Amino acid sequence: MLYALLIFESEEAMERQTPAEFDSMMAAHGRMQDAAKEAGAFRGGVKLMPSSSASTLRAGTGDAQVLDGPFAETKELLVGFYLVECDSLDQAIEHGRRLPHLAGGAVEIRPVQYLTSLLAGEAFRWSSSD
Amino acid sequence: MEQLGLILRASRPKALATLVRLLGDFDLAEEAVQEAILRAVQAWPEAGRPGNPVAWLVQTGRRHAIDRIRRQAVDRRSRQGLAPLLEPAVEAPDEADAPAVLEDDLLRLIFTCCHPALAVEAQIALTLKTVAGLGLEEVASAFLLAPRAMEQRLTRAKRKIRDARIPYEVPQEGELASRRGAVLHCVYLIFNEGYRAAQGTELARDSLAEEAIRLARLLARLFRGAPEAGGLLALLLLTHARRPARTGRDGRIVLLEAQDRRLWDRAMIAEGRTLVDKTLRAGRPGPYQVQAAIAALHAVAPSVAETDWAEIALLYAALEEMQPSPVVTLNRAVALSRADGPAAGLDLLESLAGDAAMLRYAPFHGARAALLAESGDRDAARTAYERALFLSGNQRDREHLLERLSALG
Repeated sequence: MLYALLIFESEEAMERQTPAEFDSMMAAHGRMQDAAKEAGAFRGGVKLMPSSSASTLRAGTGDAQVLDGPFAETKELLVGFYLVECDSLDQAIEHGRRLPHLAGGAVEIRPVQYLTSLLAGEAFRWSSSD
Repeated sequence: MEQLGLILRASRPKALATLVRLLGDFDLAEEAVQEAILRAVQAWPEAGRPGNPVAWLVQTGRRHAIDRIRRQAVDRRSRQGLAPLLEPAVEAPDEADAPAVLEDDLLRLIFTCCHPALAVEAQIALTLKTVAGLGLEEVASAFLLAPRAMEQRLTRAKRKIRDARIPYEVPQEGELASRRGAVLHCVYLIFNEGYRAAQGTELARDSLAEEAIRLARLLARLFRGAPEAGGLLALLLLTHARRPARTGRDGRIVLLEAQDRRLWDRAMIAEGRTLVDKTLRAGRPGPYQVQAAIAALHAVAPSVAETDWAEIALLYAALEEMQPSPVVTLNRAVALSRADGPAAGLDLLESLAGDAAMLRYAPFHGARAALLAESGDRDAARTAYERALFLSGNQRDREHLLERLSALG
């Protein structure tokens, strides 16, 4: 069984972090990843860009509407996610539009800052500044 | 010198648009164009104005940006985002003279500023700042914001463009129509902001409406083959033509019925009417064209009584089809009552009485009260006026309603 560990955190608190606090957070991530790798469980992880970079596709009259900002409702809950590599937001929106969840739900599109993955059986690291 | 200022103002958006593409960064491009303008002010009066001011600004701005990138690359070798820009910027051929390229860059800039993934307020602020070329203080004062708050809004928008990689390009064919719609809507909102009563200083509001007209003119030229762009320009011209009659000597808003029509700007009306006729002939009507046609009928009428209300009611019906909204229905009811008497209008208003938003909307009760009074039902009219008064937060509207109420006797 694959499990996703979804991380929730206050962005404000993260922005206020001192370099030392940031380092200790990253070290904890490192320890968690090491332990997961040792157990043969690690498949990948993603660091998202802040929610200020988010856009949301929502049902509208006709085609789904593109809106600024993250998805912020409590009635709908996270049911899954895709990773797509694109040159621009417009291309990512095009992929998002094909999802069957736009009638009742929404699709938030958030740039990935950093990705590390073992899904393909080998180490893969990707960051948006590459 | 006055002329130099005008040329620079007209050239700035195009130069900025091309520099954003060449440099791949909004902030860097804005700084570059600012520096180029400073140098133009120093150099042009003596050396004479260059044949192609935009190309001069682009080249000067680009040189300045490259110098800066090089200095920073030395200072901080790995400054993110800037290093990859260095090479294309240096290699870019001198293509800025080609008018088609400049026009495309301006379109890219407009579509990026009005990208739906940006908040509407951010779209408006970016468009005014970059496409219209207004200063930060001007944009801030038009929105009653401190320059610092407006700067933050712009910074956030530019960060979103960069982080989410909102593309700097003209949208694909399939997206083009809806993206054009977003651009037109942004300009429409700028105009409305300029027209909103009792907000901002008179000067800021007027200049905002005029900026919107200037932008609409640009869009009507750039979006050839999109009759709605011409429709928007016509609508803004025909509405703005009434501006001199809209404010009384005491600063109060004068409603359409009471306006001195001799004060209307006839040249603007003539231009708007010609445009409406031309765009409607394309046979692809849209909400802006229909609203412009309504404004044109008001503009040519010598008085309220001599207005073609039957035609206006038909146009509102068409608008209702395209953009169903209780406010449009309310306007159709008023036009119908002018054409066929108060009973026809009241019948239509009844169909809105179940709409919760309408029941909280002061103009709905005000319009209903006027029709009830006209049909002789003074008690019901009084109740409706009181309801409108209770809901209205606008001092001038309240005074107007009180006058009507006391006229009932």
